[in-house]
This record gives sequence, C-alpha cells and structure tokens, in this order.
Amino acid sequence: MTSPFWTPTRRNFLAGSAALGAAGLVGARPASAAVDWKKFAGTTLEVNLVKSPRGEILLKYMKDFEALTGIKVNAEATPEQQQRQKTTIELSSGRPSFDVVHLSYHVQKRQYEKGKWLADLSGFFKDPSLTDPSMVEGDFAEAGLKFAKDADGTLRSLPFSVDYWIVYWNKELFDAKGLKYPTSFEEMVSTAEALTDKSTNTFGFVARGLKNANTPVWTSLMLGYGATPIVDGKVASDSKEAVEAAKMYQTLMTKAAPVGVSGFNWAEAQSAFLQGKVGMWFDGVGFAPPIENPEKSRVVGKTGYSVIPKGPAAQAAGTFGDGLGVTAASTKKEAAYLFCQWAISHEMGAHLLQAGAGVPYRQSILDDAAVRKGVTMPGEWVDAVVASGKVSQLALPVIIPVTEFRDIYGVALTNMIGGADPAAELKKAGEQFAPVLARSEG
Amino acid sequence: MASVTVDTSAADAVTAKGVKPPRLAPNYWPFVVPALVVIGAVIVFPWVFTLWMSVNSWTLGQEQTFIGLDNYIRLAGDMRFWESMWHTALYTVLSVVAPLFLGTLAALVFDGQFPLRGFLRGVFVMPMMATPVAIALVWTMMFHPQLGVLNYLLSLVGIGAQEWIYNQSTVIPSLVLVETWQWTPLIMLIVLGGLAAVPREPYESAEIDGANAWQKFRYLTLPMIAPFLMIAVIIRSIDAVKSFDIIYAMTQGGPGTASETINIYLYNTAFAYYDIGYGSAMAVVFFVVIVALSFVLMMVRARTNWADMEDR
Repeated sequence: MTSPFWTPTRRNFLAGSAALGAAGLVGARPASAAVDWKKFAGTTLEVNLVKSPRGEILLKYMKDFEALTGIKVNAEATPEQQQRQKTTIELSSGRPSFDVVHLSYHVQKRQYEKGKWLADLSGFFKDPSLTDPSMVEGDFAEAGLKFAKDADGTLRSLPFSVDYWIVYWNKELFDAKGLKYPTSFEEMVSTAEALTDKSTNTFGFVARGLKNANTPVWTSLMLGYGATPIVDGKVASDSKEAVEAAKMYQTLMTKAAPVGVSGFNWAEAQSAFLQGKVGMWFDGVGFAPPIENPEKSRVVGKTGYSVIPKGPAAQAAGTFGDGLGVTAASTKKEAAYLFCQWAISHEMGAHLLQAGAGVPYRQSILDDAAVRKGVTMPGEWVDAVVASGKVSQLALPVIIPVTEFRDIYGVALTNMIGGADPAAELKKAGEQFAPVLARSEG
Repeated sequence: MASVTVDTSAADAVTAKGVKPPRLAPNYWPFVVPALVVIGAVIVFPWVFTLWMSVNSWTLGQEQTFIGLDNYIRLAGDMRFWESMWHTALYTVLSVVAPLFLGTLAALVFDGQFPLRGFLRGVFVMPMMATPVAIALVWTMMFHPQLGVLNYLLSLVGIGAQEWIYNQSTVIPSLVLVETWQWTPLIMLIVLGGLAAVPREPYESAEIDGANAWQKFRYLTLPMIAPFLMIAVIIRSIDAVKSFDIIYAMTQGGPGTASETINIYLYNTAFAYYDIGYGSAMAVVFFVVIVALSFVLMMVRARTNWADMEDR
C-alpha cells in the first residue's frame, strides 16, 4: 500500500514541502524556490550505510529517490562496528569508494572533523536550487545542529536520526507494589530497590553493564548532576558529580539489577525487560518496537515510556544520533547532497518515526498530527520522545578517542558492579585516559 | 633453456641424522624466483611493513611520525597488555589440557567394541564441524543467568544460578568449556588414529606378566600414543593461542577486560582505536612469543617420536 506521506513523484514531494512551508511550520526560504531534483539524472551514487533499522528504511524507499531524481544509487549496508572500521580506513586513505556516508555522531564526529573527511554543505544548504524551502535550521533539534556542524559552525552533514535515552517501565510491577513513576534520581533508586524481590526473580532496574556499552549509562546519569566527563578538553571524570553519578549507577546495578548484569549489553537488558520481571529499563528510544510485539514480549500494553527523572541539578535526556555526510573526496557532491536531503525529508522522517526505526531531528515531523497518527508505537512513546527532545543533551564527549573513552570507563564501571570503589575507579580510569586524549589531539 | 646440474657428489654425504640435500649449481636459482617473489610479497613484506609501522606513531586520520621504540616502551608499562598476555596463556593452557584429557578418554572408549560405535563416533565429532560464531551465539543464550538452560539444569539438582560468562571470575573457564566442547572430538580423532597403529603383542606380554588395566595404559598405551598426543597438543595450542571468534562473539573480552586475550586487545587497538602503530608493536611482540612457543613445542615433539625413543 502506498504511504499517504510519500508517493514517488517529484510533484507530490514538492507539493508536500510547499504545504509545510505555507503552514508556517518551517520558515524562511521563499516558497517559490524549487529544487531541480532531476538536475543530476543519470549520475550514479555510491552510498555507505549502517545496517540498522534506520539504514533499512533508506534501503526500503531507495527506489523512490531514484524515481524522483533519476540518480542511480548503489547502496551498501554493513553492521555498525564493521561499517565504522571500513569507512574510517577508506576515508583515511583519501580515496573512499563512496559519495555518501552514514555516521554515528556520538562516536565519529570529531574523528571525521579532524580528518577533514566530509564536504562543506553550508553552501548547498543555503542554495534554493539545491535545498527544499522546508529545510531550515530552526526546524532541527538543537542537538542535531550541534552534531552536524563542526567547531567553526560549518555544516558537515545532515542530521538523520536522533536517539534519546528514556526509561521504559513495567506498569504492572509498579501497580503491584503501589508505586508511581519516580520524579527524581533519589526516587528512582528507592523505587528500583522497592521493586526488587530476588525470591521471585524480580528486579527493579536494568541497564547496560558490559564494558564500553555501559559508559553512556553513566554519562547520561551524570548530565542529571550537571556534569560532563570532559571539560574544556581536559578529563574531569573524578569530579564530585561524576562520582555521585557512578555511585548511583553502582547502587542501581548491584542492588536492583538481575544477576550477571555486568555482561549485559542492550540486547540482554532488553530481553530481561521483555520477560516482565524488570521494573525499569534505561536505554535508547530506538529499542522500543519489540516491547509492543506480542510474539517477543510479555509486557505488551503494560509498558510506560517516560523521560528520565530529574537529577539533583537538571533533567537531561542523554542524546546520541546518526547523520549523513558527503565525502570530501566525492566528485558528485551536489547529487550526494540531494540524497542526504531526501533521506531527512518530511516523508522519509515520517517513515522512520512510524516504523519505530528512529526519530527524526525535525520538529515539524514530530509535531505533524498525521504523522503521529501513523506511528505504530503507543502515543506515550511519542510523548516521551518529544519531551526528551526538550531536555536533550549530548551524552558523550565530542572527542576522537570515543571508543577508548568508553572502554576505559566501561571497565571502571564493570569493576564497580563487582564492588570496587567508584571514586578510586574513576581516578584510575582518568589517569589512564588522560594521555590517550592528549595524544589524540596532539 | 637453463640447464640444471646437480652436484651428485654432495648427495653421497650421509650423516648420522640422515641424508643431506644435494647442493644445487647456481644456474638452478632462476627457477626459485617465482616462489621467492610470492613469499616475499605475501609473507616477508607484510612483516617488514608491520615492523616499520611498529616504530611509527600512526593513528588513522592523523599524521604518521617515526618514534623509534616508543611503542615498545609503552607496551612494557601497559598493564592491560600484560593482563591480556596472562589471559591468553591461561586460556591456551586450559583449552589444550581439557580437550586433551577428555579427547584421550573418548578415544580409549571409542577404540573398544560396542553397539552403535560408528554412529556415536559420528555424533561425537559433530561439534567441530559447526561454525564458531554460531556456536558462540547458542552458548551465549545457554549461559544467560536468567534465561539460559544451564542454570535451569543446575536448578533441577539444587544448585543455584551461576553467572558463567557474565562474571569476571568465571568467564575464562566458561569460554574454555565451549572451546573444549568444540575441539575434544579433534583430539579424539587424532588419538584414535594413534591407537589403531599400536601393536597388540606388547599387551599380550603384559597380560602374561599380570599387568592391570592402568599399568597397561601407563606403561604401554601412553608411551606409544605420545607422538600423536604431541601432534594434538601442537595443533590445539596453535589454535587456542590465536582464538578470537568465540571470545569476541561471546564476551568481546569482558566483563571489563576479564577475558581479553592479546588477540582481542590487538584487534581493538588497531581497528577500534585505529592506533595502527601501537597495534603493530603488539603484533610483533606476540609473534616473537608464538615463535618461541613453536620452538619449545617442536623440541618436545622431537623427543617423543618413536625412532628417538627406540634410540634411548
């Protein structure tokens, strides 16, 4: 069945965009300006994507782009880790085999900037013959623009999908204990402990405990304490706030989490929550779809979706995200830019959101009642997404050695689950990471 | 056409250890060039290049600079490196000893005569035919503390839930369990081959002398299958020391770094941190260790071959 939001014709695409502009959802560019989508017909683009629900959406509707533009797309999608390795090696060689690259901002942003691997899209973005009038900066979530622009404010990519960390909670377990969703970190800990009953194999909380994967849990909690692990390019992970966040992580993971949580990545945490024996699960919004799938879940219709409670200093939803960039080495930059623009268009954003595959950065899509109506996830999930967007903060530092950062602090956090002292572990990790950070920018 | 002449006088030179290969005239060497080119390109060049990278600071996306032995000095003080070396040694030893013991036991059982022996042998060797990553995924589910079948089976006999690969102190033994499950059949096949070659006469003499089953095994079977056991040890050691797929798929070296072997650390350094220079230094050191281990194993093997035992 053809989606009401997208038919693969240029006329409909432009009409939809113009309507949005006219509705005042987006702003400023004259509605008379029109993108010549067929300008690069006959060009062949090489596109490198991450094999993920987000990448799959692009692949699914790729034919629409080809019909709209006459551009042929050769798309390759590989799993996240392998894609990161492949693209880094190719980009560092100076001769990547692709024109468009799908990147994870929270891991690759600074690395790509330092390598000067992405083309400057600022000029294209301002050019009415290349950019649809609906595409204006004011429509993007602040985090998306932070991700997409480099330190000088140059636009290096287009923000594609955002991942806010929210709390999934089992209403049935809460009701059984007469508990309400917590409003503060303090309440979150006490609620998790109150929900835990080891005799019935019921636990109050689950999150990632596995090295590397667990670091964003701690950094997201740290945002609630008003702190970040790197301040002005220097390691600040042994601050009072960082230690408090680590202590909270340790308490939740040792007193309220299932046995063996130190080996849990998101998949194991998700499995535990789907079994209906876990009160709260803290992770990205993109992991929601299986929860409402009766074939995979025992918590269908019983799950609450909420913004993380307020911390002592702030309420902040840890934010991660993907973008699409045009390689600096590409000889088909304009055509590649058109692809990126199509990928984050209103129609594609609607597909992304409605499938629960990801969340577009564009507010006009999230606010569109017709789009929301087609979302397969409960309205509460969309509300949590929108509310998280309002308190969104980048959860990982924008540095080159993000993987080392996650590994080193991940080991410290795993050790804390094993009973180690948070302050001592963070101090040790900071001493280990400081020279790595210094080398990376040296 | 180049003529080939062989100095046959050299072929007559016989030593106590064997026959010396004939000395070849210089005009034979052009025939060796293609092989030398291939070896140079496929083996020598990568190693020379790795050595070169190991004396450079080279992170993908950044400038490459010559730093001499700094990467090696950094390695010497890198506790994570030494920890990973220890994990590699422990993992290798356990992954050799456990399958060797169980494989030998299985070979002794399957060497006997009993109904359905052929069928059961077929079933027994099936694990070694499976893909390591597929095995890893299945075992990961089996090890799951809440959902895994292993804890369910333990609960049936009153044993509490174990954390298996999800606990820092039990992760290596748990991984070795998987390795043992997969590779015991290989040892069994090698030892079974050895048992088939063992002559019957010494056993008849031993029985006349009143030897019991243990004595026959200890003083006859074991010495006679020793060369086969050594081959099994060498094959298993090489395989275990370079083990990567099962560990990476099941734990990625975790929890923390509790199961991080040198291969995993090297992989992370080169392909997750993109620190190619440091990763190369690690590869060079690991190569030296492997060569040393190979020499030791070759020497031990030389001591266990039948001809030498007869000399003694």
